[in-house]
Amino acid sequence: MRALVDWIDARYPLTKTWNEHLAEYYAPKNFNFWYYFGSLAVLVLVIQLVSGIFLTMFYKPDAQLAFASVEYIMRDVEWGWFIRYMHTTGASAFFIVVYLHMFRALLYGSYKRPRELIWIIGVAIYLVLMAEAFAGYMLPWGQMSYWGAQVIVNLFNTIPVVGGDLVTWIRGDFLISDATLNRFFALHVVALPLVLVMLVFVHIVALHAVGSNNPDGVEIKKFTGSNGHPADGIPFHPYYTVKDLFGFGVFLILFFAVVFFAPEAGGYFIEKANFQMANPMVTPDQIHPVWYFGTFYTVLRAVPDPFLGVLLMFGAVLILFFLPWIDRNPIKSWRYRGTIHKFNIVFFGLTFVVLGYLGLKPVEPFYAELGLRLTAVYLLFFFVLWFHSKPRSSLFSWLSFLVLVGGYTYWDYLRLEAGVDQTLLVAMWFIPTVYLVICLLLPLYTQLNEEKPVPARVTS
Amino acid sequence: MANEGVNQSRRRFLVAATSVVGGAGVVAVAYPYLASWAPSARAQAAGAPVEVDVSQVEPGQLIRVEWRGKPIWITHRTPQMLDLLPENRPRLSDPDSTVVSQQPVYCQNETRSIKPEYSILIGICTHLGCSPSYRPELAPPDLGSEWRGGYFCVCHGSRFDLAGRVWRNVPAPTNLVVPPHKYLSETLVLIGEDDGGVAA
Repeated sequence: MRALVDWIDARYPLTKTWNEHLAEYYAPKNFNFWYYFGSLAVLVLVIQLVSGIFLTMFYKPDAQLAFASVEYIMRDVEWGWFIRYMHTTGASAFFIVVYLHMFRALLYGSYKRPRELIWIIGVAIYLVLMAEAFAGYMLPWGQMSYWGAQVIVNLFNTIPVVGGDLVTWIRGDFLISDATLNRFFALHVVALPLVLVMLVFVHIVALHAVGSNNPDGVEIKKFTGSNGHPADGIPFHPYYTVKDLFGFGVFLILFFAVVFFAPEAGGYFIEKANFQMANPMVTPDQIHPVWYFGTFYTVLRAVPDPFLGVLLMFGAVLILFFLPWIDRNPIKSWRYRGTIHKFNIVFFGLTFVVLGYLGLKPVEPFYAELGLRLTAVYLLFFFVLWFHSKPRSSLFSWLSFLVLVGGYTYWDYLRLEAGVDQTLLVAMWFIPTVYLVICLLLPLYTQLNEEKPVPARVTS
Repeated sequence: MANEGVNQSRRRFLVAATSVVGGAGVVAVAYPYLASWAPSARAQAAGAPVEVDVSQVEPGQLIRVEWRGKPIWITHRTPQMLDLLPENRPRLSDPDSTVVSQQPVYCQNETRSIKPEYSILIGICTHLGCSPSYRPELAPPDLGSEWRGGYFCVCHGSRFDLAGRVWRNVPAPTNLVVPPHKYLSETLVLIGEDDGGVAA
């Protein structure tokens, strides 16, 4: 065995790679619950790749045959239902895990210097994942596949001048058709997974170059022990490989509980309208995206002008790229930031979830108004994050508050003249306003945004 | 090989020239790949303009033809129907067809058509894409006394008059779309192409 490894090592850096990334990759010893989701994302990626490869062995990317071939997988292929349900559940699980992984970065400032590039690559992974999920959702060629694609592809129609031609180019036809299905199949099974795997690889290489952040947000590389390794670090293998395996176990119990007992998850993971074959002549009663796009769908609908809505929706995603330069506070972990910062992060998380829920609801006045106000909160969050980068003067705080509140109140005034329900508008006006009072004005008059001293080394 | 006697400016020129030629090659090879996404010859043939002889449509009748997978309505409106059109004005959201995306300029008129009697519309509701039904009758019980004939979308209750103009306070935001079209002769109409060229 030793001789074999030596033989390989003379020709390929096997032991070196093993040590750099596992046996001698020193990770902070104080990782907590939130640090499971990175390795879980890799696990889900593997599940999706394996189940996806097997599904392509039975699926037919043809508008005439696609729907029937999925039914064939479900009914006639040995264990086909199991493989397909793993893939559909895996899609939703991927987003759950990735959203928690991203939220962890918010909590502990993992996107801050020197990890900006890891964060940017991560957001790119998220974008590719969304494209991958959208392309995959089209393949069963059910009603929701068809009409969801119709709505999403038509978003590009709102672009002035080139929109119409661009949409025709994307569809490869004058309507969503066999040509569209074929190219989305190619993207879903070849192009996007390749990009995804490469980006994940680069994400991990970048992480292992700068080292992992931790719940205290302190750099473990500053204190090296007698062995030359970080004193507060422990080798990834075996310590964290074993910890992550435990996480895998818990995750897989939950994952297979869904696969076996609730694969449709009440219409959230597989929508009911998708059990009917795509029909260009009949529209389902309600078209909404799968749950993981709900947040951005609400942002899209919050704006009455279609093109502005599309810009705002893409803006709401792309603004994440700039997070390292928006939040300039030198303290990484929220443990040592003020209470108001903690409120800001938690409230943002809640806003994201409620926006997602609203994306699946019909546009009724109450939902529409709530969606609009929470869209405002979603965007204001990034301003507040920048605002909290350092202590602000009383003048600047009041000025920011008055300009922001004045801005949307003026717009509300215009909406009132256009005949929007007054009580609803006024009641919901308080959501962003109270949010801004807490985040911009309370630091002036209370000690709630006082920051705590950051310890030099990790605490536990 | 040492760096003595190296002609730096010539080396820079060669590197730049090679990069430019290589870049041009990348652009040249990218074009066929990008162009392959455009509608194929087969899709273009299926999306080609459609010729219809409107003299076959009886007064008061609606016929459907298919163009690019969409139902196209050709309605022969009687003089009485045309007389009733202005009565709808107070109930309409956009009676003067000011939303330019919904019709070609030559149909931005009271009847939303080239010839007043023939209405040519894409029969897809501008709300969520259902196909409304043709209800030419006057004030039927289910549609109320204000109904002067038009199109009613059963999916979500949107109402349009016989010129495809949308009512106020219904889910559909805009008038029905008038496709580009032109008359090749007195009775032969070409749908999908006008003097401005083939539709995008």
